Amino acid sequence: MEKLSILVVDDEPGIRSGISRILSNHTVSFPFMDEDYGFECREAATGEEALEMIMSEQPHILLLDNKLPGMNGIELLEIIQERNLDIMVAMITSYASLEIAAKATDDGARDFIPKPFTPAELKASIDLITKQLFLRRMARGMKEEGKKIRYQFLSVLSHELKAPLNALEGFLRMMQERELGESLDEYAEILSRCQQRIEGMRLLIMDLMDFTRIRLEKREDKIEKVDLVERAQMAISTIQPLAIQKNIQISFTGEERVFMNADPNDLDIMLNNLLSNAVKYNRENGRVELEIKKMDDKAVMRVRDTGFGMSEEEKATLFREFVRIRNNRTKGITGSGLGLSIVSKLAEIYGGDIQVESKPDSGSEFRVILPGC
Amino acid sequence: MAQKKTILVADDDPDVLFMLGHYLEKWGYEAVTVDSRREAEKFLEVASPDLAIIDLMMEEEDSGFILSYRIKKKDPGIPVIISTAVYREKGIRFDLQHQTDSKWIRADHYLDKGYRMEELRKVIEKLLG
Ligand SMILES: Nc1ncnc2c1ncn2[C@@H]1O[C@H](COP(=O)(O)OP(=O)(O)O)[C@@H](O)[C@H]1O
Ligand SMILES: [Mg+2]
Repeated sequence: MEKLSILVVDDEPGIRSGISRILSNHTVSFPFMDEDYGFECREAATGEEALEMIMSEQPHILLLDNKLPGMNGIELLEIIQERNLDIMVAMITSYASLEIAAKATDDGARDFIPKPFTPAELKASIDLITKQLFLRRMARGMKEEGKKIRYQFLSVLSHELKAPLNALEGFLRMMQERELGESLDEYAEILSRCQQRIEGMRLLIMDLMDFTRIRLEKREDKIEKVDLVERAQMAISTIQPLAIQKNIQISFTGEERVFMNADPNDLDIMLNNLLSNAVKYNRENGRVELEIKKMDDKAVMRVRDTGFGMSEEEKATLFREFVRIRNNRTKGITGSGLGLSIVSKLAEIYGGDIQVESKPDSGSEFRVILPGC
Repeated sequence: MAQKKTILVADDDPDVLFMLGHYLEKWGYEAVTVDSRREAEKFLEVASPDLAIIDLMMEEEDSGFILSYRIKKKDPGIPVIISTAVYREKGIRFDLQHQTDSKWIRADHYLDKGYRMEELRKVIEKLLG
């Protein structure tokens, strides 16, 4: 069993020894860990003393009281962060101070233990931190092998590919075994579900093609002088059928022509993705506005919609691969979760930028800014 | 007639819910289908199923583990079946025969997605004894 070292920093000796006692025979095990973890505690009464102990022997975990004589917990946390020390920190706070919690989270604290705490609460917090520590070690191990990103990508991709296959297989079997009776009419719902899953797979494959193409392809010989407005108009007519189904008006504003140096294919990918999102994640009878304009030597595409919008947290993960926002409104909408990761990657390749502004229930605005005009 | 046994099914794939719902009812069970861990927990607040079939990856990558843990905490007697499509790919190794593993996973059976319905039926019948 591996022993993790914990440094307990608190000015009350009773609390320090209590924590050491509770954790001395506590162990943590998870199904995905090779072995259990046990704990070894050391104690410090002040931030200064703690820092000295950390520098002589770095602990895995730090249980840190914020209220200390002299240097306080947050200050110690900041030093740890500045020096880039790899320690998992849980803050012990005597009263629920949102401000301290927010500050400590910014400074890298992983968890909070409210004072007074029960032994069970302390153990739960240690379990959480141990799990994070383990996952981090595992992730780091994979990164060292240069595998992490590819591995995660492949594991999610295989999930996304297998799920529709499993569904199709199951539905086919239901038909083979006449689960819903002899008449084909009974299978109308199943058949339309099958079609939806096939459509989903087709979309995923097309997005995957774009996703790999933009990374692998040599761009130099494809760059030409392109009219972005012309591409935008083409993109609008591509998305029109989908928009009509939901009675969504798409309008175009901006300049008559905006020439830039780019691979027209790349521009199409960006425009199609932004427009299809603006329609897909919009309400019935909504509106979409596409604006193309030139700003100094940069081209700007701006897509605004009256759709579902998204929260700040949702915005934070939006551009990652396979991320899709799940709620009641997005439930039946088909997608791969790759579109925006492709758009942002492309913007980056061109030395440009993508920005998003959004409000839940009122709409979103995506702006892509590309140099090269 | 004996009271129908209730089976809670949690999976974020509506097609899986549709299919499991169909077969479970056909086999004479009452199926309660939910598409997230949160919905499952809401159900658990007001009722206890006789068995639960849960997907590993729902809102989070390990929703299934968490849910399974909660079910067992509420009533260790409720059998839990966990299923996932990406067992190998995720590199989550676990062996329910193993003491420490089963202590944490708290599931009674594990199924690789793509299983046959007959297979599921046997597992359910065995677990409900
Ligand atoms: N205009 C938008 N309004 C609201 N939500 C959006 C918008 N564009 C994207 N999203 C959210 O971001 C997620 C990721 O978008 P994307 O990468 O294009 O993937 P996909 O459309 O295939 O799901 C979508 O699933 C959706 O939840
Ligand atoms: Mg999209």
